[in-house]
Amino acid sequence: MVLRFTPSGIYCPAGDFYIDPWRPVDRALITHGHADHARPGNAAYLATPSAAPVMRHRLGDIALETISFGETRQIGDATVSFHPAGHVPGSAQIRVAVKGEVWVASGDYKTVDDGLSEPFAPVRCHTFITESTFGLPIYNWPDQTALASQINAWWAATAANGQTAVLGVYALGKAQRVLRLLDTAIGPILTHGAIEATNAVLRGQGLSLPATIPVTPDLDPKSHPRALVLAPPSALGTPWMRRFGPVSTGLASGWMALRGIRRRRAADRGFIISDHADWAGLNSAVAATGAERVFVTHGYTNHFSRWLTEQGYDAGIVETAFGGERLDADEDMTK
Amino acid sequence: MKRFATLFSALDQTMRTGVKTAALAAYFNDAPEDDRLWTIALLSGRRPRRTVTTTRLRAWAAEAAGIPPWLFEACYPVVGDLAETIALVLPPATRESDRTLSQWIAVLRALDKADDDTRKATILGAWDQLGTVERLVFNKLITGGWRMGVSQKLMTRALSTATGIAEADLTHRLMGDWTPDTASWATLIEAPDPTADLSRPYPFYLAYQLDQDPHALGHVTDWLAERKWDGIRGQLILRGANHYLWSRGEDLMTDRFPELAQLVDFLPDGTVIDGEVLAFADDRPLSFARLQPRIGRKTVPRKLLAEAPVILMAYDLLEWGGQDMRPRPLSERRAQLADAIAALPPDLPLRLSPAVPASGWSDLAAARDQSRDIGAEGLMLKRLGAPYLAGRKKGDWWKWKVDPLTIDAVLIYAQAGAGRRATLYTDFTFAVWNGDDLVPFTKAYSGLTDAEFGQITAWVRKNTLERFGPVRSVTPHHVFEIAFEGIQPSPRHKSGVALRFPRMVRWRKDKPLHEANTLDDLKQMLAQYG
Repeated sequence: MVLRFTPSGIYCPAGDFYIDPWRPVDRALITHGHADHARPGNAAYLATPSAAPVMRHRLGDIALETISFGETRQIGDATVSFHPAGHVPGSAQIRVAVKGEVWVASGDYKTVDDGLSEPFAPVRCHTFITESTFGLPIYNWPDQTALASQINAWWAATAANGQTAVLGVYALGKAQRVLRLLDTAIGPILTHGAIEATNAVLRGQGLSLPATIPVTPDLDPKSHPRALVLAPPSALGTPWMRRFGPVSTGLASGWMALRGIRRRRAADRGFIISDHADWAGLNSAVAATGAERVFVTHGYTNHFSRWLTEQGYDAGIVETAFGGERLDADEDMTK
Repeated sequence: MKRFATLFSALDQTMRTGVKTAALAAYFNDAPEDDRLWTIALLSGRRPRRTVTTTRLRAWAAEAAGIPPWLFEACYPVVGDLAETIALVLPPATRESDRTLSQWIAVLRALDKADDDTRKATILGAWDQLGTVERLVFNKLITGGWRMGVSQKLMTRALSTATGIAEADLTHRLMGDWTPDTASWATLIEAPDPTADLSRPYPFYLAYQLDQDPHALGHVTDWLAERKWDGIRGQLILRGANHYLWSRGEDLMTDRFPELAQLVDFLPDGTVIDGEVLAFADDRPLSFARLQPRIGRKTVPRKLLAEAPVILMAYDLLEWGGQDMRPRPLSERRAQLADAIAALPPDLPLRLSPAVPASGWSDLAAARDQSRDIGAEGLMLKRLGAPYLAGRKKGDWWKWKVDPLTIDAVLIYAQAGAGRRATLYTDFTFAVWNGDDLVPFTKAYSGLTDAEFGQITAWVRKNTLERFGPVRSVTPHHVFEIAFEGIQPSPRHKSGVALRFPRMVRWRKDKPLHEANTLDDLKQMLAQYG
């Protein structure tokens, strides 16, 4: 086995390294900077240059080496390279080759180009490790342009009602993706501290984002009428929201595809926008690898692996500690 | 259908009743009359007769989506709603359609006599020309079970905004036995002919539970106190030499209680009485359990008539001599009702619900405490000077129920809810001790806060012993206090008892597992109150 599944995470014996380990190890190859994939405590880290700043921001002073997309590196008897996963800026699939046998650990990925992250690039391999966060045929993402007009229409209508629009988004990836979809002619954009911190990091590495105004204790929201506020989902419904007066709330997540979840979250609006692949995306990604064997991790693992088996793949399930896309994400704990 | 789907989305996208009312009112202003009528029908629980089975729908949806049936079935519990699951798995539509809501309903109803191939072709064709929300709505038309977050009250308010007709009048007009086939926008809403529907009931006046000390209600002499009987609230209508009996849920139950037919011969035409249908023998009411076999059936065999004879225990007089009595004070209505009943032969199945005499509130408190002994649920307090209002209103009517019975029970099975609660474990089965065994005796779904449901859901996931389809058996650990309104023997249940209105009132985190109640405790309650 090129890669093995151990209690500490995905392990490569030939190169003596782990991919996204959830316990501290000597050498960790990291697919992207989300908290369930890039954890503290490892002796050495390897990630892409565009994933590095966020990791440093979140994990502090770590021993972090970078590797560009497509560059190959020999680690022990293993040859590794990183390839765009399209999930968030800098996110990678990690290709590991040992004696001609190729495995790809894809971390989290999405196949649509969000205009922000390096677009997903399929990598040919013998064995593919895929997530299945949205691995059921009920998840089919609408077109991003249509989503942008939905969000902007909601913002404009909310502003016209004299209310503030508050949209719940993840700090890393989703927030910046949404920022680029917003029509800044409607009004000013305010940001929660957790989101502004990530914006600053990404701006620092050259990503261009529209102007944002951080919500600080001395900011008077009344002096910013027609505003849209970006906040982590966990901030919705907390006392932090009171300063904005009458609001209309929205959530941007793949889970918003389900009416039951949308209603239970009690947000006024749900926008179906995810940084994970939908059903069609997962299937096309698996097919494009040409892999014969597929390991399915976090998500609807039972159903997706059974489906793949029926499609002729040698599919199995791997238990991991990855969170996928969660509405009550702890991913926003930036420090 | 696009217009209706837009309304559906608008209602779905807000929790604010003001916004919902405005969206509905705008719809009632613009939509074609047939669509308005169907919308009112759907929102008041009238739906077209089902012409396609859900088994077929599931199979066709899986086929159209290119997925095996097991995968469709795996999606269903995740979504929690069949109509929505189908809408989500189908491939995008390739065409569009301008058919209206009522035109699509006509398409569905036409399938009644069609063969299976025609049904399939029609449904697949419809799915291929409807957007996701339209599909959801279309599927709901077939499967029923509308949860649009719109109460009939809110709908009536919106209708009132759109038409300028008073809410109370509309509530009355919308009652009764109409369907979109028998009514039109004009005859139902705009210019109703009072003689058109002799069976039409008045809206029931409903009381809130008394939530304060009764002394706050003022002088006891301003109030009528009567027993809150444990039967079926009913409205008896005698018009045009016929009689009609309506339930509070607007079910016409005339044929289930043929005893009442003879009243037509004794009371004048144009009489409407609000009362309680009770199983009654030897001058006292029988338990609700005795009445129950008569509820489920359309007609009654002779044996059952003899075993559980019913009467109408009269509370109020809504119409007398064809005159609407509702605006008059209760004292006047009640006096007229008493006179009318006093003039009847004593063996007729109609009695006046007796007033409970009191010279002070403490008399009533004492009377309330005896409720269970005489088969009542508590007292009703009604202001003597008040008119008969429509719907649930605070102020003039109060129910003052006895405290519920309670028992401490162990959680043993959990099942996810549906719809809004699809991702939470909300449906629980509880057990009591019988020696060292736990015997299941009731289910309960409500009474916990959202936060508590979230907590117990996380716990259930970690403490599952076995799965039986959607049901999980869990480690016996948590004790809940279950409240209920009544208890009766039930040969169908392992425990031998069935509860009325069970719900969780408290999560007894302080109570160790072995201190939950026993089957003997339950049997004792059955002997005392069953």
